[in-house]
Amino acid sequence: MQIKDAIGEALETLRTQKLKSFFSLIGVLIGVTFLIAVVSIVQGMNVYMEDRFANKLVGLNTFQVRRMPNFSNATEAEWREWVRRPRINYAEAASIQERVKTPAIYSRWCSQNLNVTWSGKIARGVDIWTADAPIFRIKNLDLAGGRVFTPQEARAGMAVAVVGWDVSDKLFSGVEPVGKDVTIAGLPYRVVGRVAKQGTLFGISLDKFVVVPFDAPIHRAVCRLGFMDEFHVQAASPVEMQVALEETREVMRVQRRLRPQQPDNFALQTAEGALEGWNKISAILFTALPALVSISLVVGGIVIMNIMLMAVAERTREIGIRKALGAKRRDILAQFIVESATLSTVGAALGIATGIGLAFLVRATTPLPAAIAPWSVGLGVLLGVAVGMTFGVYPATRAARLDPIEALRQE
Amino acid sequence: MSDLVIQIRNLTRAYPMGAETVHALRGVSLEIRRNEYVAIMGPSGSGKSTLMNLIGCLDTPTAGEYWLNGQEVSRMSDDALARVRNREIGFVFQTFNLLPRASALQNVELPLVYGGVSARERRRRAQTALERVGLADRIGHRPNELSGGQRQRVAIARALANQPAILLADEPTGNLDSATSEEILRVFDDLHRQGQTVIMVTHEADIAAHAARIVVLRDGRIASDAPNPRLAAA
Repeated sequence: MQIKDAIGEALETLRTQKLKSFFSLIGVLIGVTFLIAVVSIVQGMNVYMEDRFANKLVGLNTFQVRRMPNFSNATEAEWREWVRRPRINYAEAASIQERVKTPAIYSRWCSQNLNVTWSGKIARGVDIWTADAPIFRIKNLDLAGGRVFTPQEARAGMAVAVVGWDVSDKLFSGVEPVGKDVTIAGLPYRVVGRVAKQGTLFGISLDKFVVVPFDAPIHRAVCRLGFMDEFHVQAASPVEMQVALEETREVMRVQRRLRPQQPDNFALQTAEGALEGWNKISAILFTALPALVSISLVVGGIVIMNIMLMAVAERTREIGIRKALGAKRRDILAQFIVESATLSTVGAALGIATGIGLAFLVRATTPLPAAIAPWSVGLGVLLGVAVGMTFGVYPATRAARLDPIEALRQE
Repeated sequence: MSDLVIQIRNLTRAYPMGAETVHALRGVSLEIRRNEYVAIMGPSGSGKSTLMNLIGCLDTPTAGEYWLNGQEVSRMSDDALARVRNREIGFVFQTFNLLPRASALQNVELPLVYGGVSARERRRRAQTALERVGLADRIGHRPNELSGGQRQRVAIARALANQPAILLADEPTGNLDSATSEEILRVFDDLHRQGQTVIMVTHEADIAAHAARIVVLRDGRIASDAPNPRLAAA
């Protein structure tokens, strides 16, 4: 009942002095808004990076054997060492496939930007991939029509192609591309399938590609003979991928006759590795967040303390009446702390609403799947209550210490 | 158990005022029995407000003893005094001192809240108290929706809610016109007749005339303590 009264008193203050109260709650409001919005955006970013970036560019439970790491900001010296490394050759790929015990699927892979033409129309700068048949599973490419090329076609190096959405859209615009012959680097390729739309990543299309068998005639325009850009290995689970990765490392080191103290002269690129840069950024954000949130909450708390001191001054007589009727110190203390906590919690609730609004705005206007983290909402409410209680202690103590005779004399 | 509700022995109260000391009470002894109706009179500066604050347990004496309803209260802590105020004393103030944002019922419930009475019991007792002062039909009204006389009745109901040992009224008619004053004084008379101990602090002789016993203070001492001559004559 007393708690209910104190909450009612706080809400009454808010109701009668809307504008003033809004400004007094703005510190807590901004702090909590920040908390909710940043957490949801960073988490959305995490989902986006893992889902779209890592899994599209590298593949789920997949790693790539490369000459040098992808997605990395290297120093000048590192770069100089990397370009001197040997490329991955067929023999190395074959011995990986032969000696790795963990069940996995494999594909050689090269890429080059070339033009693709069909009946007088031209698609410029298309990513031409030469790869083995498992690439469609490794890259999780869904077909919208036709079929993928068969292992037999791949082995024979037949001139067949599976086209990305942008290519079929740009060259064929409405016409079914499956069964047509496109020209790549002067040679005709029979389109046997087309891939469903994958969308964009940071505004760059993921659909501007054509996949042809690794040993197709185009190979010499895309890759240096006997070598490959990447060798893809996909296992069934993250754990198996780790095992396969270590097995592959051993096979490669044996192949390259590296002594134990020599470092790897090849790279094993995982999705996690690709996320390294982003993980650094999100770690920085999560370190800076508490500091930024606390600053606004402390400012907000001081403003609330000020409001409560004013309330105590304005209601001195009321405090006197309550004391005359038998209110003990702790009754008055509790009343004003609850009132302060209520004010602050209302501020936090408004902050949560604003934060959720911001997250939805980001979701609606950008490709980020910004999602509200329930724990951040819980934390927001908790912080609201805590700030109110903490900064309510001083005003409430002053109220509780008032002398009833003096207080009753107050006009 | 003794019939004495209040037993005051040689009470003094001094306030430091800058370098000097103001002696508001210079040794007052007073005994009040159950169901007495006492008026405390005196000009301003006589110490009657100080005595009222001491009787009402809002203040503690510099020296002397004060027994209220069998308890020595003159050396009690703040919280213990708060408990005594809550249980033993019903205050009625000149300016009513109702909480403006609370209804009549909520105002009357307030001392019961601090007394730790359960919500249902609180409501029942508050309603009974409002019925006793003839305001059963106004329980939902806020103070600003009530007349001065009605406000003071709410205040009296609030004072009665915890069935206190004494009803302590400080100039209860000071803010009311004479007709309303009479009406409020009749409420006090009725309560006294029902067995309530009433102590009224006033400087007006015709208000004090309702009491059975009149104590006059002057310069911090009791100048006279006698039965009301008008009632004695009647």
